[in-house]
Amino acid sequence: MTITLSHFSAAFVFATFASIVFGITHKDTTREMVMYGLRCFATFVGGVIVAGWVMWLLRR
Amino acid sequence: MANSTTEKLKAAPAEPVSAMSVIAPALGWFIPGAGHAIQKRWIRGALLFVSIVTLFLLGLAMQGRIYKANSGDILDMLGFVGDVGAGALYIVTLAMDWGQGAIAMATADYGTKFMIVAGLLNFIAVADAYHIAIGKKQ
Repeated sequence: MTITLSHFSAAFVFATFASIVFGITHKDTTREMVMYGLRCFATFVGGVIVAGWVMWLLRR
Repeated sequence: MANSTTEKLKAAPAEPVSAMSVIAPALGWFIPGAGHAIQKRWIRGALLFVSIVTLFLLGLAMQGRIYKANSGDILDMLGFVGDVGAGALYIVTLAMDWGQGAIAMATADYGTKFMIVAGLLNFIAVADAYHIAIGKKQ
């Protein structure tokens, strides 16, 4: 079986699972875990979007 | 500054070595999330299992490459360190001769990175399972 993901979907999948693990392992309470996981996810996805636009600008 | 750090280290009580502090990390390395599950952190264990296993299997399905221990290249060795963190997933992949990598596919490199990251995330989960076992974390 072969799966082909686009650049963005690959980054999205990575951000989702990495954020879950970071949230669980880096914080103590459930609420802190959820908040930290969401913050990591937003940072990952936001970073991808910013990096994408920077590369777009550099290419022009 | 250095003195206070030294004093803190001296004052810290020695952690008791229990069977769980050895079994939980070892099991957690072999089966992602099992180190938490064995300590009755069922939801955390299940989430870790799903996250790490899915990331690894997606990497495999994206035709990612698995690194072996004796390649001789320093970057390959670092890749091996990451991959081996996935425990049983790495062993099975190696035994079945999967993860040969497809150079023709542009996303295969993502797959390789997915598998390395899955292993590295499992190392973090193993450390967390150890901290729970010694009572440093709930």
